[in-house]
Formats: sequence, C-alpha cells, structure tokens
Amino acid sequence: MNRISAVFEAAKGPILNVYATAGFPNFGDTMTVLEALQEGGADIIEIGMPYSDPVADGETIQQSNQVSLDQGMTVAHLFEQLKDMRAKVQVPVLLMGYINPVLQFGVERFCQKCQEVGVDGLILPDLPMAEYESEYQSIFERYGLFNIFLITPQTADERIRRIDSVSQGFIYMVSSASTTGAKTGISSEQELYFERINRMNLKNPRLIGFGISDRESFLKASASASGAIIGSAFVKLLAQSSDLRGDIVTFVRGIKGVK
Amino acid sequence: MAMTYQVDEKGYYGEFGGAFIPEMLYPNVEELRTHYLDIINDSSFQKEFHDLLKDYVGRPTPLFEAKRLSEKYQTQIYLKREDLCHTGAHKVNNTIGQILVAKKLGKNKIVAETGAGQHGVATATVCALMGLECIVYMGAIDIERQAPNVARMRMLGAKVVAAQSGSKTLKDATNEAMRHWINNPVDTHYIIGSVVGPHPYPDMVARFQSVISEEIKAQLTEKLGRNYPDYVLACVGGGSNAAGAFYHFLDEARTQLIAAEAAGQGVGSGHSAATTFLGKSGVLHGSKSLLMQTEDGQVIEPYSISAGLDYPGIGPMHAHLFKTGRAHFYDITDEEALASALELSQLEGIIPALESAHALAVLPKLQAKPHEVVVINLSGRGDKDLATYQQRLNLL
Repeated sequence: MNRISAVFEAAKGPILNVYATAGFPNFGDTMTVLEALQEGGADIIEIGMPYSDPVADGETIQQSNQVSLDQGMTVAHLFEQLKDMRAKVQVPVLLMGYINPVLQFGVERFCQKCQEVGVDGLILPDLPMAEYESEYQSIFERYGLFNIFLITPQTADERIRRIDSVSQGFIYMVSSASTTGAKTGISSEQELYFERINRMNLKNPRLIGFGISDRESFLKASASASGAIIGSAFVKLLAQSSDLRGDIVTFVRGIKGVK
Repeated sequence: MAMTYQVDEKGYYGEFGGAFIPEMLYPNVEELRTHYLDIINDSSFQKEFHDLLKDYVGRPTPLFEAKRLSEKYQTQIYLKREDLCHTGAHKVNNTIGQILVAKKLGKNKIVAETGAGQHGVATATVCALMGLECIVYMGAIDIERQAPNVARMRMLGAKVVAAQSGSKTLKDATNEAMRHWINNPVDTHYIIGSVVGPHPYPDMVARFQSVISEEIKAQLTEKLGRNYPDYVLACVGGGSNAAGAFYHFLDEARTQLIAAEAAGQGVGSGHSAATTFLGKSGVLHGSKSLLMQTEDGQVIEPYSISAGLDYPGIGPMHAHLFKTGRAHFYDITDEEALASALELSQLEGIIPALESAHALAVLPKLQAKPHEVVVINLSGRGDKDLATYQQRLNLL
C-alpha cells in the first residue's frame, strides 16, 4: 500500500503535512529538515522542488526557491540528496513543484527516480487534470505515484467530483482564493466552505492548505477535513532558525499539541 | 489532413499551447474559454470593436509605399503603419478587444503586465475609456528605465505596481499579474499583452490583432490589384504584432512569413532573447512553447536592447510556425536594429520603435527580387526609445 493511504487509514487525530523547500536554508539541509520533521511528528512531508517562476506561490516560498536555486539546487541534485532517505524517514514524502523542470528531466525518468528513492506522490499545480489524464496518469501509476490535485473555493461542485474520481491519496483543499502565504488565519466564511465540501462526502480525504500557520488554524481547518498543510509559516521558521533540528521539532510538536 | 496553423479544440498549435495553469486560475480561464468565441463573433461586439478601432485608435492604419527604402533594397517595400495607432503601437488593438470581453463577462477590474510599458499604457488607456479600475505590474528595473511610460499610465489613472520578484523584468511582472489574478478571481479580468499565456489567450489576442493583416490584404488589393504580398516581416517577442500581420496569410502559400527575433549581443553571447535559436520546448506562463531555459528547466533571463522583445519565450502559434517551417526566423542583433532604425528615420522620415527596427533589419538579409512585394509591420513608434537612441547613436 502507498504510504499516503496507510497514514490516512491509521490516523487517530488530524494529519499534519508540512512543506519544506529543498536545499533551504542551505543546500545540504534537505535531509536534516526531513528527519527533524519526522522526529517532531509530521505525518506527511512535502518537499518543494525550487523553480524560477512559481506562480502559485507567495513571497516567502518564492524567496526560498530562489535561495535554493542560487545555491545550485536542481532536480538531479535533489534526487541525489534523497537517495538514502528511506533508511531514515518512514513517513510519506511528496514532491511539490512546477511541471517544467519535470518535463526537462523527462517525465518517465523523473517518476522512476521518485520510485527509487521512495517518493510517494506528486503535487504539480500547473499540471492540469486533462493533461494529467491524457499524458501522465499511466506513467505516474506505473511507478506507484499518487498525483495530488487542488480544489479552491471557486471550484465548481461538478469539477470537484471529477477531481475526486481521478485523485488518489488525498485532495489538497486550498483554503481561500490566494497564493501561498498570502493570508493567515481562518475566517468564518472559509469555515462554511470547508463544511460545504465536507458535506459532499468525497471518496478521498482532504487536507486543507494555504493560510495555516499555527495550532489554532490547524485545528480549525482539521475540524472539517482530515488535517491540514503548513508551508509558508514553516519556511519562515527555516529562514530564521539557528538550530534547525531543535526549532523544527519544537514547531511541529507545538502544532500537533504534543508536549 | 491539411496542415493547419490555427489553434485546435484542445488549445494547441501542433505540439505547443494548452493551458498549464494552477487550479486557482481554472474557473477564470475556463469562463473565458467557453465564452470568448461567442462574445467576439457577436455582431454587436464586432460593431463596437470596429467603431472603436476606427474612431478611437485611428484605423485603418496606412500601408505606405517606402520608395527610398525600396530603391535601396531594390524591391517593393510597404510599411504597415501600426506606429500611427493611438498610444503609439499595435498593442491597443488587443486591449480594446479584451476590455470589451471583460465588460461582457461582468468584470470591473483589470490587471495587466508590461515590459517596456507599451501594453501597460494601452491597457491603462482603455480602462480610462471604459471607467474600469486598472492595476499594471511592471518589473522594478523596467519602472526605472521606462519612466515616461510609468508617468503616462499613472496620468491615465492606473495603479503601477513594481514586481520585486526574480529578475524584476517582464517575466516577473507576468508572474505577479497571474498571482494578482489568483488572489482576485471573481471581479478581475487579466489582459495579457501578447499571444502567450494559457489557451484561449494566444488565439484571442491573435484574433484581435488580425485586423492588421485584414487591412494589408485590402490595401494591397486596392494599390496593386493583388491580395497577398510575397513577404510579411514582423518582429517577435511574445509575438502579437507578428500574429496579427501573419494571420490572414497563414494559409497563403505564396506569402513567406518572416519573423525577426532579438539576438541581443548575438545568439552565442549569453545576452540574447532569440528563443527559436536558443530555446527548447517547455512550459511558462500557462502554455507549452519554446522557452529559453537551463538544462534543469529553470527559465533563463533574456536580454535585448528592446524591452518589448526581452522575453524568454514565444507564443505557441509562433513555435508551431517555426517547427513546421511555415515562418522563417532571423536573429537580429542590437547593433543591426539600431542601424535600421537610423536608416528608416533618414530615408523615410519615420522613427521606428526598437522592436520594429528588428523587422526592418531583416531587409539586408532578405534578398527580395525587384518585382516582389515586401510588407513590413511597423509595430510601434520610436518616441519611447529616444533615450536609447540618444545614447547609442551619439545624438547628444
């Protein structure tokens, strides 16, 4: 079974998915961050593959992408850093990024590498569903990779049903019309949207992301989904940290409410 | 099956095009995709569009026989005078069309990107005309080097926002405009300035610009009794003026389509924007096309003396015209463009935009025959480039 499905099946409380940009704050930090996230209790880890033009991302993640690229990060280097990942990290790992670097690496070769190092799924926001179904789905599935789709408050019900039918693992529910890190906190209007989707009884579980930054927003989002995703708030912590392992463990435990 | 150069029902020109957009933009782009043809083809829309092109933009623009230039190159050269359009370039043909579409879709706010500021000015202009709120993203570096256009946009009532991300130029202004649209999806329409972006933008912009070749056809018929030229020359950054100048000749086998790309300091110099020479297939700003990028798929910052050609990609229609060999592409350096700008000024009394000067610079390489008819799309006027001309042509 894909590790992502296993996490949702075994979950006793809300699931915490944390995003971290690869090679950030320093080129060689990727594995340190992964191990500390697992140690703190993150249930799923999303590794951001840096890109020069990340249109779905706000300032914080853009800057972390640029810092990582400036230090020489590439898709090939990232796979090299992750090559022994599964000896140390047992939680599900997703790669998040944009389609162009994947195309240049070669879609099949990319998926093969993902399988080799133990990546469980992909989040590629600018890969549209129609393209995925016609060109990519069969390759992703051959290498056991789940493709995670996004829905937003503007996504029509009919399209949500379509996305649900194509999805595996979970659906990434964007909390508001925004780029990452643009807004913080959860409004009552957003809670109504969370509840509306909850009532649709989709076959896939949902994780809510964008605007989740602390334990309060994590719990609010998790009240009407299986859990939530923290990205920009965590990247900000990485940017400021002088003790990566210690700070990450404290941060994750704080979100999860573990003493 | 006959080769087609038009977009197919999936939004592709051959292998290029599509709509590679995050889900956050899907409802907006889908709304546009499902309605744009019905809106544009409606007779009341067509009437309003053409009335504005005539009375506000000043169309049809003349097709001028450039006799001294013709004598020099021993062929028959005609200039399509888009430089005489209101606001100084062809860009306004598209912004008029798109603002009418935005109104039909019930949008009351407009966002746009701009490089040199020509598209930003054309957008701010139509927003003032229609009373819509206008936000223009412009790279922080471009804001500094194109101060007169920033002032024009502000005088027209637009809010100009500096794009501080990445290289702080056109590519980043486009990213910021897309992010703005993601954050304001309901009441805002994004007026893209070129034949780039997700489907249906390349097709929609090409249709609005196609008035250029429609007029060329009629004007050649009137002047010469033939409805096609032997060559159409146009510069290509994203490619909107070329798309407009080529449009009605795409299936005219007797017309050679010639595109001039900005080679900057030369295609091998590392300071260039000649995408068909340096690019590979890739995805940027919502479509698959030719793209200047690293082996790892990171977008390379282009360089050209002409801010309007300083873009790392090219519209998917042009990538297809290149790939199929339907259009021939020339690489024109900064120096060649400057020399051609000076030449046109002194032979015909017309100071061209630096972008258009790239199309003129194909003339010495074209070797057209004396009986052949060459139409050059003079996409814009040179007022905005005077600072560069002063400096580079020692006019001070």
